[in-house]
Amino acid sequence: MTAGTAAPVVPDETGPTTGRGRRPSARRRLRRALPPLIVAACVVGVWFFVSYVTLSPSRRFLLPPPQQVISVGFGDSLNRANILSGLGVTAEVALVGLVIAIAIGTVFAVVMSQARWLEDSLYPWAVVLQTIPILAIIPVIGFWFQYGYTARLIVCVLISLFPVTTNTLFGLKSADRAHRDLFRLRGASRWQVLTKLELPGALPSIFTGWRISAGLSVIGAIVGDFFFQQGPVGLGRLINGYTQQLQSDQLFAAVIVASLLGLAVFWAFGLLARVVVGPWHESQQDQQSD
Amino acid sequence: MTTGPVLAFESVSKTFGPTRAVEDVTAAVAAEEIVAVVGPSGCGKSTLLRMASGLSEPSAGRLQVADRNIGYVFQDATLLPWRTVQHNLELFGELARQPKAERRARAAQALALTGLTGFERHRPRQLSGGMRMRVSLARALTMRPRLFLLDEPFGALDEITRQRLNDELLRIHAQERFAAVFVTHSVSEAAYLASRVLVMSSRPGRIVADITVGFGYPRQAALRFDAKFVAVTAEISTALAEASR
Repeated sequence: MTAGTAAPVVPDETGPTTGRGRRPSARRRLRRALPPLIVAACVVGVWFFVSYVTLSPSRRFLLPPPQQVISVGFGDSLNRANILSGLGVTAEVALVGLVIAIAIGTVFAVVMSQARWLEDSLYPWAVVLQTIPILAIIPVIGFWFQYGYTARLIVCVLISLFPVTTNTLFGLKSADRAHRDLFRLRGASRWQVLTKLELPGALPSIFTGWRISAGLSVIGAIVGDFFFQQGPVGLGRLINGYTQQLQSDQLFAAVIVASLLGLAVFWAFGLLARVVVGPWHESQQDQQSD
Repeated sequence: MTTGPVLAFESVSKTFGPTRAVEDVTAAVAAEEIVAVVGPSGCGKSTLLRMASGLSEPSAGRLQVADRNIGYVFQDATLLPWRTVQHNLELFGELARQPKAERRARAAQALALTGLTGFERHRPRQLSGGMRMRVSLARALTMRPRLFLLDEPFGALDEITRQRLNDELLRIHAQERFAAVFVTHSVSEAAYLASRVLVMSSRPGRIVADITVGFGYPRQAALRFDAKFVAVTAEISTALAEASR
């Protein structure tokens, strides 16, 4: 190639490298899914064993066999209706609580990221908020906010606020130094740095925070309901009631549904992160497991 | 356009605590001139560029730049990984609040100039190191600066890609006629690109030699084997070896 002429680029050496990993084949997926499925089978096996062999028939209510949990807990139309409506109530509280926690936590983190002194004066209180044993203040929250829907929401927000805040703050602060220099050189305003550099760069951490908080807000929704025993009936109150009435089939069915809700939330946020951040961020590449 | 130097250091020094990073540097870069700076690692070459760009202030002395609009290219391409090539090229325009049509036009021009047309929708991670560096150059070109500061831009690339990009840079320079300060570890790269080579010593960073490379432009790759070119590189290497002692 000679200087002075507008020579075309030779494509091979400088051409694009294949950015994305290959889609895993169905067989590879199966091979990955197999080990956890074997573990699940083992767990169910132990469950059967404990139910039928370890426990005498008179004590079998402590751990009813799986098929009985399914047939009574989900097969019976009244139980099914109760559990599904409880699921709806809990999911709604968890979702609304999560949205509020995300809003507050993000604003909190953005404010702290804007100045060292703001972070220094606010962050310790975020830590304090996190270290308060939530079970210890649940009665106080109920006491102040009448044990109803609002109180349950507040528990949810309190329990899920911290991961949003810390992960967002960490993400905002971890913008590359050279990128910061670049923005400074081009005379970028603080707002431009925030919206064009810090926030988009923080997205992977932000989604990690959302994912952790989502799991916590499900816990918060159940715990609040469990303790307050008022307002619309959610999974927490159902679990409490079933325990007290020794309805173990329904109890285990409700516990399974609560776990599935947590799992669904975890998956949904993982998917969201992969869709938004996947095309450019390393952490989302070649990730086939979850 | 000013007739004086585009960039002038007058007895510029920079200290970091007890460390004298740059000491008493006086140098000027004229319009359209390419000046290379070579020196051992940690001799303050990058510090010199950071001061020239305004990213850091000299501790003593005076620094003059004709225009604050400077194209700074780092060793790392520093592209925003979440943006496509097209949107990376529009970044500076966005920061300067240019209208969309103008950003588009400038990006298209820079793409054509750097041979990147067709890669608009790629993301940085899909590109090789050489291609990323082209995007980085193109991004600086969108602002049409009269002065480029290049901090070992091709230092992380393999030799073949590096030589190709050297030719690309000279070709772009022939069209755009900007002035440039090019920091490098490579003596042959310095001699091939520049009309003048400044040799720096380390701790404290001083300019110990100012060597004129007596070849005009355009330059051909075969120049690297020319006896006179080899003599110049030998002169630079000798000065560099002395400076590193």
